[in-house]
Amino acid sequence: MSARDFTISPQLGRGLERLRHRSLIVGIVALVGCIVGALFRPDQFFRSYLFSYMFYIGLTIGCMAVVMLQYLTGGAWGIVLRRVTEAASRTLLLLMFLFIPVLIGIPKLYIWSHADVVAKDLILQHKHLYLNVPFFLLRAAIYFAGWLLFAHFLNKWSREQEETGRDPRARRLQLLSGPGLCFYAMSATFAAVDWVMSIDPHWYSTIYGLLFVAGQGLSALSFCVIVLVILAKDGGPLADAVGPAHLHDLGKLMLTFTMLWAYFSFSQLLIIWSGNLAGEIPWYLTRMTGGWQWVGILLVLFHFAMPFALLLSRNLKRTGPTLIRIAGVIIVMRFVDLFWQVEPGFHQTAFWLDWMDILAPIGIGGLWLADFLVQLKKRTLLPLGDPYLEQAILHGGVSESSY
Amino acid sequence: MITPIYGILAEFESPSTLTAAARQVKAKGYNKVEAYSPFAIEEVNEALGLHHNRLPLIVLGCGILGGLTGYLMQYYLAVIDFPINVGARPLHSWPSFIIITFELTILFAALATVLGLLGLCGLPMPYHPVFNLPRFALASRNRFFLCIEATDPLFNRHETAEFLSTLEAREVSEVAH
Repeated sequence: MSARDFTISPQLGRGLERLRHRSLIVGIVALVGCIVGALFRPDQFFRSYLFSYMFYIGLTIGCMAVVMLQYLTGGAWGIVLRRVTEAASRTLLLLMFLFIPVLIGIPKLYIWSHADVVAKDLILQHKHLYLNVPFFLLRAAIYFAGWLLFAHFLNKWSREQEETGRDPRARRLQLLSGPGLCFYAMSATFAAVDWVMSIDPHWYSTIYGLLFVAGQGLSALSFCVIVLVILAKDGGPLADAVGPAHLHDLGKLMLTFTMLWAYFSFSQLLIIWSGNLAGEIPWYLTRMTGGWQWVGILLVLFHFAMPFALLLSRNLKRTGPTLIRIAGVIIVMRFVDLFWQVEPGFHQTAFWLDWMDILAPIGIGGLWLADFLVQLKKRTLLPLGDPYLEQAILHGGVSESSY
Repeated sequence: MITPIYGILAEFESPSTLTAAARQVKAKGYNKVEAYSPFAIEEVNEALGLHHNRLPLIVLGCGILGGLTGYLMQYYLAVIDFPINVGARPLHSWPSFIIITFELTILFAALATVLGLLGLCGLPMPYHPVFNLPRFALASRNRFFLCIEATDPLFNRHETAEFLSTLEAREVSEVAH
């Protein structure tokens, strides 16, 4: 094992600083554009903002879930990935502030928040016990409190492990990760139901939360793969640490989550198709007509078929440049998927792509990436206190040529 | 006249010595080389260049065939041969065809994997010369073997044996046909 310390060199630091400035500027400009749009067409602004927000919150808590998953299951792939996923999990505070526009948009986004609509609708009256604004706010507060709590301790104890070098088996991190993953699965499910599914308060699907969980895992892994490959390219700080075997493992996980997402998505369609009930099918009828069906077909082809077929190949998974291209396609399709979840609920008759649907992801993304880079620079790029780090690096097989 | 032999077998005590030897044998230019070990060693496959074979293609082909079989069979049954209106769904009710299509894809691919593996390995094989050496039984316990076969163009009964004994081999022996 080489004696390098896996920190960010001054040169790379300057590069990251430039990138941070640029993404901050791009983000602010795009958000200002959105705010201008919001003044004229507030309805559309909140829709665009909501689906963009769902991507970044999913990416962040997805990264936190990946950290916890790795503590529980072990595996070299997650040790070399840990600092990247931790940095992403530390952006939660920013995302809590970015949630404010969604709160402002409640009357525009959620029809159940209108008392006059509920008064005329028997089903919404029954659902009022759950779907009402105070309880909605309370639930959101619980999700954020839990996520912040777990992110805080995961990061704190991991830093202590590096500073003191004790805690040889990282037991408390494992003990935290079990309940943490349970809380994550529950909260992500409820958040998906609250923030997206309740756009159409008559419709329900029990697999909906898991659909988001699978998507969040996929977003998180794809994003981390991109960061890791960039850090590990020739001359990069992780060039001696991250090898083809790590990428192979991460590629396999991406394949798993791609299949999991497709499985959940298809299960939902099949169950609703088989039941053919008047309360359930409108959600799909909207999304299978008026141009929305082409977005659905795009999802089948590029959110599932293409990544699935490419990720089967051993060689493609082991070569960084090809793997990040696949990861890039997946990330773009994650946006398309969330767009397809949110927007047809408001544009039921025909396909509609607004310019704010393009600007909002760039706006939030600029701020998020800037914060992520700040967080990434705060620590070494590998968990030096982890007792399995050396084994994890050896597993990568970086010394051998990639064949 | 010298009796022809099957090859020369070298015995190693650890996976790492076997891997190192495999690399050197390959570097020397030998091609008809086979490694035997109690468990799979990825590095040896790499060293001997054993990754590329036709099995993935066979499995892929059979998987696609299985998928097509599943889908077309259901299409033929539900749309052409015996159309039944199920709850006013279209006869070509594709979401409900997917599961059988998937199952048959897996079934065909799995059978192709097992049978293709057996076929490509030349199994079942009632007789193999390496078992003529009693010590070879250790290949399924705690020893690692590397065999250079006599059909290799570089093979020379004395030089090959000498070369193998320089590679930290515990023992080098000839394998009779």
